Parts: sequence; C-alpha cells; structure tokens
Amino acid sequence: MDAFLHQVFAGLATGGIYASLALALVMIHNATRLVNFAQGEMAMFATYLCWTMIQSGWPYWGAFIATVVLSFVLGVAIERILIRPVERAPVLTTVVVFIGLLLVLNSVAGWIYTYTIKSFPSPFPSKAPFGLTMVSAHELGAIAVTLLVLLLVFLFFRFTPLGLAMRAAAQNPDSSRLVGIRVGWMLALGWGLAAAIGATAGMMVAPIVFLDPNMMTGVLLYAFAAALMGGIDSPGGAVVGGFIVGVLENLVGAYLIGTELKLTVALVLIVGVLVVRPAGLFGRVIVQRV
Amino acid sequence: MAAALLEVRNLRAGYGPTEVLHGLSFSIEEGSISALLGANGAGKTTTLRALCGMVRTSGEVLFAGQRIDGKATEDIVRMGVAHVPDGRGTFTDLTTEENLRLGAYARREHGSVAEDYERMYRLFPILSERRHQQAGTLSGGQQQMLAVARALMLRPRLLLLDEPSFGLAPMLVKEIFEVMRDINRTQKVTILLVEQNAAMALKLADHAYLVETGSIIMSGPSRDLMNDDAVRRAYLGY
Repeated sequence: MDAFLHQVFAGLATGGIYASLALALVMIHNATRLVNFAQGEMAMFATYLCWTMIQSGWPYWGAFIATVVLSFVLGVAIERILIRPVERAPVLTTVVVFIGLLLVLNSVAGWIYTYTIKSFPSPFPSKAPFGLTMVSAHELGAIAVTLLVLLLVFLFFRFTPLGLAMRAAAQNPDSSRLVGIRVGWMLALGWGLAAAIGATAGMMVAPIVFLDPNMMTGVLLYAFAAALMGGIDSPGGAVVGGFIVGVLENLVGAYLIGTELKLTVALVLIVGVLVVRPAGLFGRVIVQRV
Repeated sequence: MAAALLEVRNLRAGYGPTEVLHGLSFSIEEGSISALLGANGAGKTTTLRALCGMVRTSGEVLFAGQRIDGKATEDIVRMGVAHVPDGRGTFTDLTTEENLRLGAYARREHGSVAEDYERMYRLFPILSERRHQQAGTLSGGQQQMLAVARALMLRPRLLLLDEPSFGLAPMLVKEIFEVMRDINRTQKVTILLVEQNAAMALKLADHAYLVETGSIIMSGPSRDLMNDDAVRRAYLGY
C-alpha cells in the first residue's frame, strides 16, 4: 500500500508540472489556435537562467522569482519579435517558427551550458514533514507551488480587468478592438504569462529529471497529452488532465509496462483522446451546421 | 448650423484589390441622428468599418476636428466613438455583465461604471435577468440589446450602429429604436445608423444619406427623402 501511495504522490507531483505546462500550451492555443512546440524549451532555458543565478550565489527563492519575471519579459519579447510578423501567415509558417524557436533555444542552451547533465537544487528540505514516508518533501513542495501558481492564474483571469481583457482579446479580437482593448499587447502578455508559468514548471521538474537541454522533451509530450485530455481550449481541463496524466503515467509505469516504456503512455493517450473524444474531457465540442 | 462632430471627405475603402467605397463625403452634426440607407452591398457596413479604422482607407475623416483616418481602432474608440458592429460582436463565452464591463474598458474614469450597469439594466430589463449567463446563450434580440448596451457603456460621443434591426421581431425593433431616440435626447449622443429597414430609419433620423454602389447618391432631411418618389419606390415599397 505504501509503495502504491508513493507512486500516486510522485504522480501528483509530476502531474502538477504537466498541468502548468499544459496550461501554458492552452493559453497560447486559445489566443492563436496553435500549439507552441517551443513551450518546453522556453521553460528549459528559463531553468538554466535560474541555475546560473544560483551558481553565482543568489538565494534560491530570489533566483526563482527573478527567473519568473525574466521569463515573462522574454515571452513578451518572443511574441513581439518572432510571432507578430507571422500573425496573419498560414498555419504552417507559424508552426515552422515554433519549431525553429525550439531548435534555437535547445542549441543555444547546449552551446552555452554544454549537454552535460547537471543537478538542480530543490528548495525543500530532504525529509518530508510530519514523518511522512510515502512522499518526498520536494514532491509535496512541487505540488504546493503548482497549486499556488494555478490559483494565482485563475484569480488573475477571473477577477482583474486586465485578465478579462485578455480573455476577450483571445476569443473575439475584432470586438475587443471595438471596446478599445489593445489586442496585440494582450497576446504578448499572454505569451509572457505562459512563459512565466512554464518557467515555474521547469524549475520544479529539474530536481527530478535533472538539468540538460533536452530535459523538457518528455515533459512537453506529457503536457500535450494533458492538454488534449482536458480539452485543448479549456484551461481548467488542462490542469485536471495534467494531474491525471501524471498519476496514470506513474502507475502504469510502475505496475504494467515498466519505466522504460513510460513515455508511450503519453503517445497512447494523445492518439486515444484524438480518436475517441477529440474535444477532450472539458473541451467544447464544435458543432457546425452544414 | 451646429458644428460637425464627424466630417468625412472623399473616403475610399476596400478589401484587397476591390474598392468598395468610391469617395464618400458627408458630415454629421453634433447631437443629431443620421441614417445611411441603401441596398445590400452598397457599402454601408464598410463605411462604418472605415470610420473605425477596421479597413484600409484613403481620404479624410475628422472627429471633433481631429484627423482619425489611419488611426488604430482602439485609439478611435478611446476618443469616444462606439460601434455596434454587424453581427453584434458578442463575447459569447463571457457573461452578460462581463460584456458590459468590457464596454467600459476604454473609459477614462471608472467610478460610475457600476451605476451605468444599472442604467443599462433599466433600459433593457431582460439583460438584468441574464446578467450572469453566458452571452452566447442569449437570443439574437437579447444579444442585439447587449451590443447596444455595451457600446453605451463607453459613454460615447458618437454611436455607430450597424443594422440594429437585423433579424429582430418588430416589437424589439421598436423597442431598440425608442432607446436610441431616448439616449440621443437625454444624453446628447450623436448617432449614425446603417439600416435596411428604411421606413424605421427615416422615422428616427433627422438626416439621411442614400448609398448606392459605394457612392452617396442623395442626401437631405429625412422628411424630404421620405416624400421623394424614387426613394419611396425603391426603398419604402409603396
């Protein structure tokens, strides 16, 4: 039983990380109708920035917050400089830009930091509180940080005028302009937020998967599976999907197919959801009259 | 004659290589109600879109003495031009009240926004019952009211209305037109209205312009157009 609970908690911890990254994917998707393939690499790069700061003597949480802020700024800059020019371009053009961004970030990280695997510190104590044995302190901490981030994002979109304007701009750009919303800037802010959320996911997952330029490849696949499972246009669904995928991946890996084949769980889920229920658990089914 | 709030000189606009407006000129007095009449495809909607910078234009548009042609839509709206677009432009996933809140987004002072919700709910009581409902679930008529209310939340100086009667039951058309008249009189909002329902529009408006294939072919006080034989035959059907 203890081993089983241990797997569930480990799954929830990584699930929270998938949830954050899936949320970032959904945010960009809702604004652009496209999936940002570079989301994982952006998070990876942010994690390296955090590592650099910690190496040069910054305290962990100072580096953490600085990284989140810096990622936000970089996300806004990426939208303004790279995505804006292809705003009206055909879908494939934008997809190529995303893939280009993925490759550039991956290679630049490898060039600066080399491909040697590095360890990344966890801010949480090595022993879990209250004498818990089936869960590590980092897992508990990662779950807490994830839930806090998700809560903040929810409150921002639900209760602030800027959050409302961003939702409006994503769903109806023309009408948004007609009420005076600067739609271009709202999209850029969305990129910034997605980058910042992704950065927290990167920093939380790095102590588990270790730091290297390819660390997010697998994580991004799980996040895709999570976003699809919850419904690619549903932020809440992405979060639920993230936790489900995390737990499922761990249990299936531990009890059914072994850890080597774990990544196939993501692929099976992606294909399965697309075949059986393309709108996902909470996505909107688009019915078109013909 | 009162000062012109909107002055349009030789306005041309189009989509891609196709020119739709071939040099429109007209001016609208502060505090008046004007109507643009014409058949489908005459360029009425494009005229309104051109005024708001939603299509590429050439020519001059002056609002309260300032050039607004070539400005971004958001900036024109911030000067006090509200636009009820063709197709209503509802934010379907947001609630009725969130739609109204967005209407006030570009307003400089936000102190009286809550007060204005209540004003809108008094004008359109049905919206009050639906305030926490997703706007996409409202009926066409309710969405039209919401679109008008959203535009009024800006407290605009100029209100542009694109086919407010489109797809509505006659009762609702009457109701919306009465609201228009009321806000024009009590709040001195200048209104430019695009309509296919020429009879209703002429009754409401002080001044009317007849648009045909991208040009204004006739203009004058509504009463004169109403009594014009050619207009009667072509647009009023008697």
